[in-house]
Amino acid sequence: MGGQAPAIELRGLSRHFGERTALRNVSVRVAPGATLAVLGRNGAGKSTLLRILATLLRPHAGEVSVLGEPLPKRAFAVRGRLGLLGHEPLLYRDLTGRENLLYHARLHGLPAARVEEVLAAVQMERRAQEPVRLLSRGMVQRLAIGRVVLHRPELLLLDEPRANLDPGASELVEPLIGRRAGATRVLTSHDPKAALAEADLVLALAGGRVAFAGSPDQVSSQQLRELYA
Amino acid sequence: MIGIAFALIFFYAPLDADQGFIQKIFYLHVPLAIVSLSGFVFGGLLAIGHLRTGERKWDMRSYVAIHLALIFGFAGLITGSIWAKASWGHWWEWSEPTLVSYLIVLLLFATYQPLRFSIEDPERQARYASVFAIVAGAFVPLNFIAVRAAQKFVHPRILTLGGGNLPGSMRLTFVISLLAIGLLYVTFWKFEMAAKNARGQLRAARRALLGDDAVRPMGRSAAPS
Amino acid sequence: MRTVVTLLRKDLLLELRALETVPAMILFSIVTFVIFHFALNREAIDGQLAAGVLTATLLFASMLAINRLFVAEREQGGFDAFLLAPVERSALLVAKAAALCLFLVVLELIAVPAFDVLLLGPALGPALLGLIAVLALADVALAVIGTLVSAIAVHARAREVIGPVIGLPLLIPALIATARALGPLLAAHTTGTPPSRWIAFLGLYDLVFALLAYAVFDFLLED
Repeated sequence: MGGQAPAIELRGLSRHFGERTALRNVSVRVAPGATLAVLGRNGAGKSTLLRILATLLRPHAGEVSVLGEPLPKRAFAVRGRLGLLGHEPLLYRDLTGRENLLYHARLHGLPAARVEEVLAAVQMERRAQEPVRLLSRGMVQRLAIGRVVLHRPELLLLDEPRANLDPGASELVEPLIGRRAGATRVLTSHDPKAALAEADLVLALAGGRVAFAGSPDQVSSQQLRELYA
Repeated sequence: MIGIAFALIFFYAPLDADQGFIQKIFYLHVPLAIVSLSGFVFGGLLAIGHLRTGERKWDMRSYVAIHLALIFGFAGLITGSIWAKASWGHWWEWSEPTLVSYLIVLLLFATYQPLRFSIEDPERQARYASVFAIVAGAFVPLNFIAVRAAQKFVHPRILTLGGGNLPGSMRLTFVISLLAIGLLYVTFWKFEMAAKNARGQLRAARRALLGDDAVRPMGRSAAPS
Repeated sequence: MRTVVTLLRKDLLLELRALETVPAMILFSIVTFVIFHFALNREAIDGQLAAGVLTATLLFASMLAINRLFVAEREQGGFDAFLLAPVERSALLVAKAAALCLFLVVLELIAVPAFDVLLLGPALGPALLGLIAVLALADVALAVIGTLVSAIAVHARAREVIGPVIGLPLLIPALIATARALGPLLAAHTTGTPPSRWIAFLGLYDLVFALLAYAVFDFLLED
């Protein structure tokens, strides 16, 4: 564990939108295979952080290194090795589940067989030929999760992955995006207790700055209260 | 700088007092047109600088170049129309390809500020404006070729005053007024750049001293901050 | 290249499913022809007038497609999906321009015969090949500028307005060339060969703006 290069390394990361600062001087180091929970209120900068890690946004200051590659310079090299699950499922509503996954598979250079594998894993084979707009939110979320793991990413960036999932479905996707999946994970959740339960490392953001960071057992309920106050 | 520009303008005016009022407009119109078109192309070049370096100051320069060129351009269009009325009797002349191309270019660049205004994220606004400036800058020569080619066999060229056709004293006046308008443009450009930079620095200083909240956001704006 | 095909397939599939753009363009064109018939109050038109009417109608119909070109991406989160993939980003420009070009071809397959029936005086027969050549070049121009302008408009607030407002002036040289090239072709006693100067110009226009668009497109997508 000691000698391995970190999966994620941020040093003094800053990002602004016009005159508004979204992230200021954020630093963290995540070991490969570990899970980082990012906590904070809405607007604290969690999604911005995830999007920067996903190479969708450029850092404005500081250093960012994902899976050993510096961003934004080596963004192209690292894109195929990470997966982002955001608030949007990123599925075309007029296409079927299968067509959507095939589209993503082709973009990543994967064979059609892989799509069937994933559909089976999220138990959507039977409804895969219906247009996405006819599916319930839970099913759409399952398809979205399928999309994320399609290319077997080494780094999973999950923005509230359990949203819209009933406990059964949540169990179902656990081997894909849970700790057992083996990937390095960064997740955010509206339920800090749940996030803490599966985290190895915690990073709390307030107003774009790091409020506190460390291992989950170091986080006190007092700190949590202040964060979400 | 301003002093030199104005001195030049007043200097040349007496030179053609004997040519009549009509010709005087010509000395304003053509230099305005030339300077504004150069300004547009200049703005496009500055925009390339912005996209290549990613530094906002290039975008600022590009914005000022284009926005001033547009103002000069409309002045050029109006003086052109006055001259047309004086020379040929109509306010507008479709068969004069230069005027027509000029109108099209102005129509295009008139969309620059609305475009900027409609994109809220400042970084994106700057980037998209630069893309526009580059494409529009490349458009200028193509447009002139097209319009000129379209008119060639329909009407004879009315604007026969090419650079070489001007008699000596007129040529001198023309060159001086071209220089004067050019200098005026550069002067305005520097002035506006300085004003914007000062404001930017003031805001940055206030932010640093008083914190983010003390500086009110500027709201939607077509200009880079 | 594979990326372009993937993207194009997806867009064609979406259009086939939703059928929003191409039928609207066709309908618009035919209605416009009818309007022109009444506005011009003529039985038939030919020559440069016919060329002008056809070109202008195609131009305005293309605006409908341009406004909708990136709508699926914008509304259904498709941009992120594409931006996350390990593919070259200018493939999106090529794919969208190709899709737009295909939509225009389908439009023309129906609109040009309609034009022939409703408005055009002289027979199209001898001029057909020349017409196809000119329209093909015009389609490329519309596709390139349209895609570029549509991509710019995606992030603008007055989205449906900004696209045409920027695109139309940019397209004026292409419009001039197309109309001038078609004029002799639609005349009563046509030789069937379009004027080479305008064909050359259209080719030049297409080349310059295609290269330019390819060069700047990445900057429109990054953040």
